[in-house]
Amino acid sequence: MLCASGGVSEVTGIVPRTMQSLEWNTGPARKEGPQVRRIDKRMQSSTANPDQNTMAAITSKAWPPAESEKSGTAYALAGVARHRASDESGTVELLRSLAHLLRENRTQLCEEWSRRISGASLLTAMTKEEIFAEAIAVYNNYVDALESGTLEALQAYARSLSERIIPRGVETREVIGIVLLLRDVLARSLFAEYQSDFSMLNRVLDSYEPAANRIANTVAVGFVQERERVIREQQEAIRVLSTPVLQVRERLLILPIIGEIDPQRARQLTEQLLRGIRTNRAKVVVIDITGVPTMDATVANHLVQTVDATRLLGATVIITGLSPEIAQTLVTLGVDLSKMNTVGDLQGGIEEAERLLGYKVVPISELAHAE
Amino acid sequence: MQVPILKQGAYLIASIQSALEDDDLVRLCDALSTQVGKSRARGVIVDVTALDVMDSFSTRTLVELATIIRLRGAEMVIVGIQPEVAVAVVRLGLKLEGVSTALDLEEGIAYLDGKARSSGKEKNDRG
Repeated sequence: MLCASGGVSEVTGIVPRTMQSLEWNTGPARKEGPQVRRIDKRMQSSTANPDQNTMAAITSKAWPPAESEKSGTAYALAGVARHRASDESGTVELLRSLAHLLRENRTQLCEEWSRRISGASLLTAMTKEEIFAEAIAVYNNYVDALESGTLEALQAYARSLSERIIPRGVETREVIGIVLLLRDVLARSLFAEYQSDFSMLNRVLDSYEPAANRIANTVAVGFVQERERVIREQQEAIRVLSTPVLQVRERLLILPIIGEIDPQRARQLTEQLLRGIRTNRAKVVVIDITGVPTMDATVANHLVQTVDATRLLGATVIITGLSPEIAQTLVTLGVDLSKMNTVGDLQGGIEEAERLLGYKVVPISELAHAE
Repeated sequence: MQVPILKQGAYLIASIQSALEDDDLVRLCDALSTQVGKSRARGVIVDVTALDVMDSFSTRTLVELATIIRLRGAEMVIVGIQPEVAVAVVRLGLKLEGVSTALDLEEGIAYLDGKARSSGKEKNDRG
């Protein structure tokens, strides 16, 4: 049991060592597990002289707990120091024994947790088996984070988990709900464990709750950040795809616009259109707005400006596919459309453009007949 | 700096090569409006490809110049407005109304040729 989890052996292992030599990281390779070493490193890196700090902590019994909350290092240090200064066991040790307890009951608690997840109809996108497998992994990471007080590993796990579950349509409320459920399940198990010793239960909860809240916070923030990253990527993809400028004939471009136009997209559209005119040496441009559901005054004015700018480059714009709603809105808004060349549909627009360019499309049969 | 005015067939071509002071622009306008009569030109092309900025004064002057040229019996066309300049000009609400524009010199000449042809046809029709 001790070898498998290492919970108690770490506690008993670290205290005598520090009492003997106050050397933190110079001992031979240890078996206790990654958590111990991590704490050691953190303490070394952030306190230039751990000996002095520890000694100070030992001599003055009143280690301010408020300060110990500020950083994980001081926190761990305070725990060890307090533990050594008095019989009162420190937060770290408490959390360790907690972690140990939670590891022992892992299967049972995980089952309880995934049952409650299904009960609350969260994570409906995943099967029961998947939920249970993820639950075990999350649980292990959770307990590790609880024990070590470091959130990096959990953060990384939360990020990779988010990457996996976001494409499956898992929502923020579900993730937060799940983490809070785990917190509840664990707290409930602590109640069950310590119900006979009320003061002990109080102390356990004192150390458990802040740590659990921090973990919940980390996971939720990780998920939201990942989600925002995905959203940003998608926006970028849409932005790139949204405004194709296509050449249909020599000197004739079409610009089909699909979806809502916002001011930023309108600006980008103008830019791409003008560049397209330049590179293709276009004379006529057909802008097809069949796929635009609505249009407000800003965008309408932008469209008018685009038409004006196009004219300055020596090209003519034909607008096609104005829906009745948009036409009505534009008239109501009083946008000056007198100089806009509008044609009912894309086909008519292309025919008009061909006329302007001097093309005439005739069936081959007629051509043969004429000859 | 002075803008050279070239004669090409029936057209005058003024190619602006660098940013112009207001005075230079006014001088160019005077030169063009006198030259157009002297050389009996039918069209004037102002090439602004090299300009990165067109302010309200220069656009207004060009609009005036276009009107003057038309009164002198010729056509004026501005060619080579950069996309960024076009956007900026429109944003400022200066639409260069009444001025013909074309993509580049070649287009400008083609435009004037087309104009000449259609007006010739009209004369023929009337005659």
